[in-house]
Amino acid sequence: MSTRAKPLTLKKVLNSVPVSFAIYAFVMWLIIYGAYAGAQAMGYNWQWYRMPQYFYTLTDDGFQLGEIMIGLGKTIQLSLTAFALATIFGLFIALLRLSDLVIGRGLSIALLEFLRNMPLLVLLYLFYYVLGPVFSLDRYTASVLCLAVFHAALISEIFRAGINAIPKGQWEGATSIGMSKGQAYRYIILPQSIRFMLPPMTGEVVHLIKSSAIVSVIAVAELTTIGRNLISDTYMSFEIWFTIAAVYMVVTLLLSIGVSQVEKRYAVQT
Amino acid sequence: MKMNNTRASASLKEMIHVAHVDKFYGDFQALSDVDLSVNQGERIVICGPSGSGKSTLIRCLNGLEFHDAGEIIVDGISVEEDSKHLKTLRQEVGMVFQQFNLFPHLTILENLTIGPMKVRKIAKAEAEKRARLYLERVHIPEQADKYPAQLSGGQQQRVAIARSLCMETRIMLFDEPTSALDPEMINEVLDVMVELADTGITMVCVTHEMGFARKVADRIVFMEAGRIMETATPDKFFTNPDSERLKLFLGQILDH
Repeated sequence: MSTRAKPLTLKKVLNSVPVSFAIYAFVMWLIIYGAYAGAQAMGYNWQWYRMPQYFYTLTDDGFQLGEIMIGLGKTIQLSLTAFALATIFGLFIALLRLSDLVIGRGLSIALLEFLRNMPLLVLLYLFYYVLGPVFSLDRYTASVLCLAVFHAALISEIFRAGINAIPKGQWEGATSIGMSKGQAYRYIILPQSIRFMLPPMTGEVVHLIKSSAIVSVIAVAELTTIGRNLISDTYMSFEIWFTIAAVYMVVTLLLSIGVSQVEKRYAVQT
Repeated sequence: MKMNNTRASASLKEMIHVAHVDKFYGDFQALSDVDLSVNQGERIVICGPSGSGKSTLIRCLNGLEFHDAGEIIVDGISVEEDSKHLKTLRQEVGMVFQQFNLFPHLTILENLTIGPMKVRKIAKAEAEKRARLYLERVHIPEQADKYPAQLSGGQQQRVAIARSLCMETRIMLFDEPTSALDPEMINEVLDVMVELADTGITMVCVTHEMGFARKVADRIVFMEAGRIMETATPDKFFTNPDSERLKLFLGQILDH
């Protein structure tokens, strides 16, 4: 066994825990100081002490959730509903795309390109101002549908990649014991695709939660709308936007960490 | 001279009927004018150089691929791309692949029960009983609760054979079952196949294992360039072949 110390390379130094921590702290300090200095320069009056009441209040009436928490609840509800629908639509689009039907493939490609190349904001206006009156959708339903359809297109590509990642031999194995195409998908192909789809799906949920902020333009009472309303009441733009950003980040980070734990637990050996 | 080579017990019911079959991949003709008839209980070995169409032929028999001209009738069912009877056909015809094609997300036992349960709609307890019976038959009953990746290649291939047996098919197709195996595992798979041959199941086997062919085949089919060049009993095949091409082929594979 060699006891000779390995040479200290730049890469090793940068990767060591104290150095990375110092770099991280420095970057965070730059951001916070930048914001603070900017606010000082314009004579901003910081009022952080007024923020907790928007999370919760403890009065004689007992514990009450503040507006930010209510908005967060709405954002989560909106995102989860949209994600559930998007997964179903997405699977449907992916199966159409992979089907033997020429018309199915054509339809799914057209839908995919239309949705991928359309700004989300325009799509939202389309759902709320055009389809809304026709099908009498309220603003919440229009938002859920818009997000679901938009993300279904992206999710369908994740499904397609996950399904295509399964070797052809699995189809042949399933077919050779008499399974129909539907049975092969259900029992053999999709269960194996999931581990290929989990990481990009997490990214997609995070993306969806963030893009759900756009529905504030049609005044659905979710987190971003709450933030805007609070600012117009209190003029505390910096405190509130920083807080709202932090709330989004906490939610999406928790989600990413949770899913990576699930991935580790269900890692399948091949 | 071994008696089982000329086994007269193969009953006369025709299980596989292939007539004037052509198959193209683009411009490449993979099968041309192939005729083959296999009776119930017969054991056929197909051999020939790579690219001669052996695998294509066997894959056409259960509709993994479809022929372009001629007719293929297996167990009374015509094999055609839009046939409603394809699913029935595949339930009657088992197939063992070169790459095993086990389902990696399922245990060995689940690999064996999923077909009977989902396709044949057999109750779970019954399917598991059957699965354990066939695992016993391929000599690996102790592996039931493992996953395919935990088994050796030879064991995986025996599981694949058991998976087909669990469907209680009357015809078994083998597509180069030992070609992906390490040499020391080939015999354990061949032994299982020899035992299987004695059960009276109809077997069509694409293989380069000439020892196996000599031991169990009723007839050996030699293919080249998409055509069947010669069909003969093992004795005639190895000692007195008709075609020059087969003599050359045998010279290449037997002379070392």
